[in-house]
Amino acid sequence: MIAPDPASGLILQNVSLRLNGLVLLSIDCDIPPGAILTIMGESGSGKSSLLNFIAGFLKPDFEAQGDVVLRGRNLSNVAAQDRHIGLMFQSPLLFPHMSVLQNLIFAIPPEIKNRQKRRELAEQALTDVGLAGFGTRDPATLSGGQQTRVALMRTLLAQPEALLLDEPFSSLDQSRRSEVRKLVFDLARKNGLPVLLVTHDEEDARAAGGMVHHLGADETKNGCPLTGQPQQ
Amino acid sequence: MPSEVDRLSQGTRLRVDAPTILVTVLLAGPVLAGLAGTALPAFGYLPALGYGQFSFAPFQQLFEAPGLVTSALLSLSTGLTASLLSLAIVLIFTAGWSGTQTFRRLTRFLSPLLSVPHAAAAIGLAFLIAPSGFVVRLVSPWATGWTRPPDILILNDPYGMAMTFGLVAKEVPFLFLMTLAALNRPRTEDFFKAGAGLGYGRMATFFKIVLPQVYPMIRLPILAVVAYSTSVVDVATILGPTTPPPLAPRLVAWMNDPDLTERLMASAGALLQLAVTLSALVIYLCLEKLARVLAHRQYQSGHRFRQEGFSRFFSLLPMLLIIIVMVLSLCLLVIWSAAKSWWFPAVLPQAWSLSKMVDAVQMGSGSLAATLFLAVVSALLATSLTLWLLEARSHRNLAVNKRLKSYIFLPLLVPQIAFLFGLQMLFLLFGLSGTLLAVLLSHLIFVFPYAFLALSDPWDQLDPRYARAARSIGAPRAKVFWKIQLPLLLRPVLVTIAVAAAVSVGQYLPTLMIGAGRIVTITTESVALASGGNRQFASLYALLQLIVPLMGFLLAALVPSLVHRNRAAMRLGK
Repeated sequence: MIAPDPASGLILQNVSLRLNGLVLLSIDCDIPPGAILTIMGESGSGKSSLLNFIAGFLKPDFEAQGDVVLRGRNLSNVAAQDRHIGLMFQSPLLFPHMSVLQNLIFAIPPEIKNRQKRRELAEQALTDVGLAGFGTRDPATLSGGQQTRVALMRTLLAQPEALLLDEPFSSLDQSRRSEVRKLVFDLARKNGLPVLLVTHDEEDARAAGGMVHHLGADETKNGCPLTGQPQQ
Repeated sequence: MPSEVDRLSQGTRLRVDAPTILVTVLLAGPVLAGLAGTALPAFGYLPALGYGQFSFAPFQQLFEAPGLVTSALLSLSTGLTASLLSLAIVLIFTAGWSGTQTFRRLTRFLSPLLSVPHAAAAIGLAFLIAPSGFVVRLVSPWATGWTRPPDILILNDPYGMAMTFGLVAKEVPFLFLMTLAALNRPRTEDFFKAGAGLGYGRMATFFKIVLPQVYPMIRLPILAVVAYSTSVVDVATILGPTTPPPLAPRLVAWMNDPDLTERLMASAGALLQLAVTLSALVIYLCLEKLARVLAHRQYQSGHRFRQEGFSRFFSLLPMLLIIIVMVLSLCLLVIWSAAKSWWFPAVLPQAWSLSKMVDAVQMGSGSLAATLFLAVVSALLATSLTLWLLEARSHRNLAVNKRLKSYIFLPLLVPQIAFLFGLQMLFLLFGLSGTLLAVLLSHLIFVFPYAFLALSDPWDQLDPRYARAARSIGAPRAKVFWKIQLPLLLRPVLVTIAVAAAVSVGQYLPTLMIGAGRIVTITTESVALASGGNRQFASLYALLQLIVPLMGFLLAALVPSLVHRNRAAMRLGK
């Protein structure tokens, strides 16, 4: 699909979510390509609902207002599978019935038809994250950090136009966390993807080095801090 | 999740416990003994009737029976077609709609339909689609010109299409609920999201990502459906072809023939039925293998199937059709049971009468009592046994392994008729044939697997830390069970009792064979009445079949809300 405006990133326009008539959260924010917006909040503050709204999975119990615009496309009436938004979850969710390499090939767009070419792309992706030779392995035999790296490459191979990260580092132990985190952020920036990171780990927010939005905090703080935004 | 210490000590403990042995003996025992009891007469050996010589005469006689090959092929084709159709309908519907409002609404319709006994559903369906049935009446005579029922074979058609449809209508709710239970595990929703995040359509995500993970959990129920459908008697009697009928109903007729040599032939036929069902299972397993190979190629192609509006729409149609047909059929049962006269082509009865209803209930009070007794006792026994087994296994941190599961499902995977013949002989030998106890035992063989199916998932999903917390403050094991585990599982336990009672009510062949005509239930009566042609009585008895399961599900819905009325966390849909 030819994007109308590839230069613009992910824009959340006056988004507010209600549950049973009560406003759960509201946000108005612009994430340029390559920038990271970190959303912080206690559990129950609506972090996951916001991600579900952006990705197109919001439960019918919720009422949503506002628009999500990605590269100039308004996503409001677009099906989840057509939004071109890559997701990473708290657990890597590698498909247990496929090998590591098959997991990656699964994500490659069908326009690349040549099977050899598909395999090479997947193998290259593994090499890029230091997992060359892991292709034939059962995903369950990989460590948490390795699984997260595979999940990241799987997400990127699908050629997303934005990334949503739902605490993808929380399942990793402290020693691996910073390494994997850096890898994710570096690759997202390299690909020029707007990133929305949801977390309750201050360290994640600091490492992301971008805007930070606190949910459920003081009402006046709700809004988007457009200042202090590092641009590469 | 068992801790490391538990896991280490597990190896040193005895791996068998009393309930495991009991369950194995109770289920595998009768099946194996019954098969032996069928096999011996099939080879001419039945000393009780004076046949002491092994011979192939019963098989010779069997193969001389006219139309035998047609009967066997009918059993195979209708059973296999019905199973595959049901599975396809359930899977494409789940693929297209799982997680939506539509899905939730239809689920509410499908769950009660599961409790409708096969015979009742088949009778209702017959009233709907027969040449003199409701559908023809709706369009006659203004559109068709028919002033009398047309002379066409819609029911009992020679290819068994009506029968196949009847089976599909009953197996779809069962397979659907099994699929629902399999999907009800943590992270299924996340896998759906992961698929969409990679740009895959909803249906493609289901078939490529979710189904491969949940299929192992619905596999045994599918095989049970194949085994059941290829050897069904009651549905075949009501809706199936008659010239010749499928194999199973013919066997029952031979078995009940006053000519005793026919019994030997029937036993030989029961072994043929076993072969037919086994072939169907093997064919299914081959198709499964083929599908797996094709699917693995498809995984790697990267095709997203994003444009799925049409396929989703078409995935909804068969499911809607089945629900509408079933609901209409049940409505027809109600109307017929209160109809005094209802001549063709009137859409509704000309005269109504409730007096026959009273007559029928009075006349049927004996069979109603037997039905109730069998349902309640077998449901309570099966549920208690399941609880005992699950508690004992989890107390020892033993999962219910594959082998135990296949013992539990054995009675559902072997055609009923193949071992019920032999079991009947055994009960005869012990002088138990035609007693309530023998019929109860035979019901229990089929009720227990369903009770286990209904309860094992909720039990596994119960957080084991509740029990551990209770144990750690000094509660003995019995107290933990009665005061913690059972109250927490009150709703699923009651649902299990209701399911088990419904299964017992639905048992046609075990009651017919083991009851030997002396124990009669509403179900055996209604099948007899349906083939006898008295529509009002047939529908009344079919409706009576629904009462027991309905009461069960009503209690299962009401009791927990009363007991836990002040406990927010115990409410549904939390």
